Amino acid sequence: MGIIRTSKLIYEYIRRDEEGNPEGITRAVNDVDLDIKPGEFVAILGHNGSGKSTLAKHINAILHPTEGTVWVDGMDTTDEENVWDIRQRAGMVFQNPDNQIIGQVVEEDVGFGPENMGVPTKEIWERVEESLKAVGMYEYRKYSPNKLSGGQKQRVSIAGVLAMHPKCIILDEPTAMLDPNGRKEVIRAVRALNQVEGVTVLLITHYMEEVIHADRVIVMDQGRIELQGTPREVFSQVDRLKSLRLDVPQVTLLAYELKKAGVALPDGILTTQELVKALGDFAYASH
Amino acid sequence: MIRDITLGQYYQTDSVIHRLDPRVKLVATFVYIISLFLFHNFTGYLVAALFLAAVIKLSHVPFQYMVKGMKAIMFLLLLTVVFNLFLTPGETLIQIWKFTITKEGLKLSIFMAIRLVFLIIGSSLMTLTTTPNHLTDGMESLMGPLKTLKVPVHEIAMMMSIALRFIPILLEETDKIMKAQIARGADFESGNLIRKAKAMIPLLVPLFISAFHRANDLAMAMEARCYRGGEHRTKMKPLHYEERDTVAYTILVLYLIVLVVVRNIGFLP
Repeated sequence: MGIIRTSKLIYEYIRRDEEGNPEGITRAVNDVDLDIKPGEFVAILGHNGSGKSTLAKHINAILHPTEGTVWVDGMDTTDEENVWDIRQRAGMVFQNPDNQIIGQVVEEDVGFGPENMGVPTKEIWERVEESLKAVGMYEYRKYSPNKLSGGQKQRVSIAGVLAMHPKCIILDEPTAMLDPNGRKEVIRAVRALNQVEGVTVLLITHYMEEVIHADRVIVMDQGRIELQGTPREVFSQVDRLKSLRLDVPQVTLLAYELKKAGVALPDGILTTQELVKALGDFAYASH
Repeated sequence: MIRDITLGQYYQTDSVIHRLDPRVKLVATFVYIISLFLFHNFTGYLVAALFLAAVIKLSHVPFQYMVKGMKAIMFLLLLTVVFNLFLTPGETLIQIWKFTITKEGLKLSIFMAIRLVFLIIGSSLMTLTTTPNHLTDGMESLMGPLKTLKVPVHEIAMMMSIALRFIPILLEETDKIMKAQIARGADFESGNLIRKAKAMIPLLVPLFISAFHRANDLAMAMEARCYRGGEHRTKMKPLHYEERDTVAYTILVLYLIVLVVVRNIGFLP
């Protein structure tokens, strides 16, 4: 059984007008079945309001399902007794780095999680050191978070989660508020965690470039899972993605347009190198 | 303008003062503030000034950091000086229309000004050399006995530490909103006090909304990191007194003794 599993997950909330009177019911997550294996890197894509963040909050037991069940490491999230175990095992990184850093010094912030879990002092220090090293922020351990760039702050947030020794990390649009360099920094750190430390990663984003290294991509729309598969499988369906109001990576789009114009290229090209190689092969073949 | 408040802004460097136990610093700041009101002669101020100067020197915090904090209380300072200057009865020095400046008033207002300046520098020195987390740890520990009276000591400490952490962020935000409103024609500078206060409304409303948003996000982030109050919580930096803390306490006691002596003999007027 997977580390994160949902079965027929439904989440509804009551929409209210300005006076607070109920207007209707919105189904933010609709009948989602998910099974994530340990060590997997899964990306969830979707435009605003597709229910991807709501889904993420279920995994951390911040929200409880209206119908259906969520299991994290075999534990049902609706069981009050499991809440703290679940939150320790499935760490969560949020969008705004400023609103999730509690400490005034980097190392104190990273130690916040283990402190809450009642980890002995000596081990807290070991965990802080090891987590900061894992995201490449060790030399900034004595800095004030206010002096760091967005990408650095977000890496500190990831270290803060990592120090709790979670089995998986859920990142809820961690790069949405960052500049392109910060985004690259964070994604590189996340990939390293997944590949080197073997942490299961669930990355929620709306940037296509960030998901091409994932093992599996899940596309959500209006609370449902619309597409699922490897990045190559998903991105080969350019028309489908466009109908879901998602942009495919530029290289993939270029390859797609070239193919439509009659250039024989394989489906689902994800990187510039791949396209260059495919075009080289094509030029060679047509000679 | 609003960025000048250094209170609650930690200055990152390594010094003896930084390494002191926060309880020592809290007690020392408290004692120092009280000590400022113990004496009424210039020798006393000289001792207090020397003590403060020595601590500033030891702390490696640039002096202008503390001066910056002073600007924010300039108004309060002026007000105190003016009131003391004109409202203290005694021997008349100068009389302008209905206002009289007395010798006692002059002396008192100078004393008050020095006291206030020392008080602000003294307390901002504490916040500059102690991380808020450390500071609240110290308070939590000093207020520990109140727990038996069912005072939520841990919760108070946590609230204070979060408040301190968000001061710079909210200041930055205020600046941002202010600029955005100025860009759309808002005027914060001209007009009388009432007009200026009214002009603050379009600044305060978005600021409050964003503060609530932040609070909500932060609460969620804290819960996601297993925060559940003070129970079962361990400390990353537990407090225990070192040799230097004993030394610091001794110096504090010595300072007090010197002050008391000076207060009673005081060789300057």
